[in-house]
Amino acid sequence: MRNSFVKKLVEIAKDREDIILITGDLGYNALDLFIENFPDRFINAGIAEQNMMGVAAGMAKEGKTVVVYSIGNFTTLRCIEQIRNDCAYNNADVKIVSVGGGFAYGTLGMTHHATEDIAMMRALPNVKVFSPADPLEAIACTEEMLKQKGTCYLRLNRGNEEIIHGENEKLDVKSAIKMNDGNDIAIFSTGNILYEAKKACEELKEKGFAVGLYSFPMIKPIDKQTILRCINESKLIITIEEHNIMGGFGGAVAEVMSEVPHNSKLLRIGLNDEYTSIVGKQNYLREQYKMSAKEIEERIISVYNH
Amino acid sequence: MEKKVTSSEELAFKIRKDITEMSNIANSSHIASALSVTDIVAVLYSQIAQYDINNPQDENRDRIILSKGHAGSAIYAALAEEGFFNKDELYTYCQNGSILSGHVSQKNVPGVEFSTGSLGHGMPVGAGIALSAKIDHKKFNTYVIIGDGECDEGTIWECALFSRQYKLDNLIVIVDSNKMQAMGNCDDIISLNPFNEKWKSFGWNVYEIDGNNHEELRNTFLKIEKNGKPNVIIANTIKGKGISFMENNLVWHYKSPQGDDFKNAIEELEAKQ
Repeated sequence: MRNSFVKKLVEIAKDREDIILITGDLGYNALDLFIENFPDRFINAGIAEQNMMGVAAGMAKEGKTVVVYSIGNFTTLRCIEQIRNDCAYNNADVKIVSVGGGFAYGTLGMTHHATEDIAMMRALPNVKVFSPADPLEAIACTEEMLKQKGTCYLRLNRGNEEIIHGENEKLDVKSAIKMNDGNDIAIFSTGNILYEAKKACEELKEKGFAVGLYSFPMIKPIDKQTILRCINESKLIITIEEHNIMGGFGGAVAEVMSEVPHNSKLLRIGLNDEYTSIVGKQNYLREQYKMSAKEIEERIISVYNH
Repeated sequence: MEKKVTSSEELAFKIRKDITEMSNIANSSHIASALSVTDIVAVLYSQIAQYDINNPQDENRDRIILSKGHAGSAIYAALAEEGFFNKDELYTYCQNGSILSGHVSQKNVPGVEFSTGSLGHGMPVGAGIALSAKIDHKKFNTYVIIGDGECDEGTIWECALFSRQYKLDNLIVIVDSNKMQAMGNCDDIISLNPFNEKWKSFGWNVYEIDGNNHEELRNTFLKIEKNGKPNVIIANTIKGKGISFMENNLVWHYKSPQGDDFKNAIEELEAKQ
């Protein structure tokens, strides 16, 4: 996902001299393609994210489109006030890109698990939030983000993700992407956890459930229409995110559902308002925190039957 | 690029009178911080900075950011006196629905470069502007006014490193060094000493002057050379400068002059003029 993002960014930056890339000293090797092509438009701001975000706001004020790159919590929580006051308040053209959403840096420990970033960024007015599931969504999100004016957040996983969508599929990331049709249960997923959601969906289908599956590459603004349609059709709505269930994607869906009359039940799957205290690979942590395909399937069946 | 007031002494007098009146009407303070920074602001706006009051967004203007946003009344007054907007607007300061908030705001206020209020934000933004100017081969300067108390913020020193690394000699930081912060003397709270040496060790050109002396301010601004290093002017100032009973008196970080205090303040300013 990271490489797909960088490749797309380089392709777009060839035609757009206003694009600047700033890193907080992260992206060894990963950013080489950009650095080789545009050495004068690459800035390493060192390990100082608050200054980096202020600098980005200043450059954006002078007409640059500034892509700021670092690991999940460092481009977001570490400098949240600079994002709020200096970037978002002024609609600054700063594109915040984080690598390592959720448990992608699972072995590195809780400091490197980005599990509140969506909620924090979503809470800031003017900020648009992208959370792609696979390399193709990442490419489409990069393209869309650079078309948008103002402050955006792009949450990437890491590297070497399998491609989920069809290579020739035209992805409109502003809307939920339908992956499977079915009216009993609607599964909404955001980010790379879509792999698990998809496997769970296939198992449920085998067992005779009519399951709809949707990927949401954009969380803010969120595709309300798809949510409203699904709550009319399905008695159970599931949200899945590699993130706290509070304030993030599940929270966004719950907000939409709370404003209209309906008879659907909502189950939010994700980290249950806790910090991770164990380490391990992404798959291992997904199992531990009950968001692997198997756990998703079991939890859905259990809620469906009650 | 006409300026209405070209004498820094005259502008400083007008700013001091305006901010005293604004603080009185609004019943909102930080008046001592605004008085402390007044001479720096007056010299910059009347004699140093290039700008066009008829085209506040002129791309070649010098950028001036007040990072110690709580002294914003001094900037509003300078802008109104120089003709960016009508002076009547000043008397709405901090009142319901006013565009002039207690911490300096650019929204709907012609001439304000950047909104600040939370300390430690203006300097990185200024560095970003200065870096953009370098990339685009633009000749304007970026001036950022910070407080000495503000230098407790880590971002000041992050940015000091960054600006040196990127050779931002078009960045001129002025420290309004009035030696006081919200709860007392800087030295008693978080000492910055040795302050001058700190900046030098970060690789900056350092100028230390009397920050209430217009001639020193003017001469220092004019002698700044572009030698690949960022510039800092440590302007030693007096908090509350110009109104004797407010000078070096922390209570005027919080109070606004009312009744006799207001009358005496205005009388003293006018007597000195």
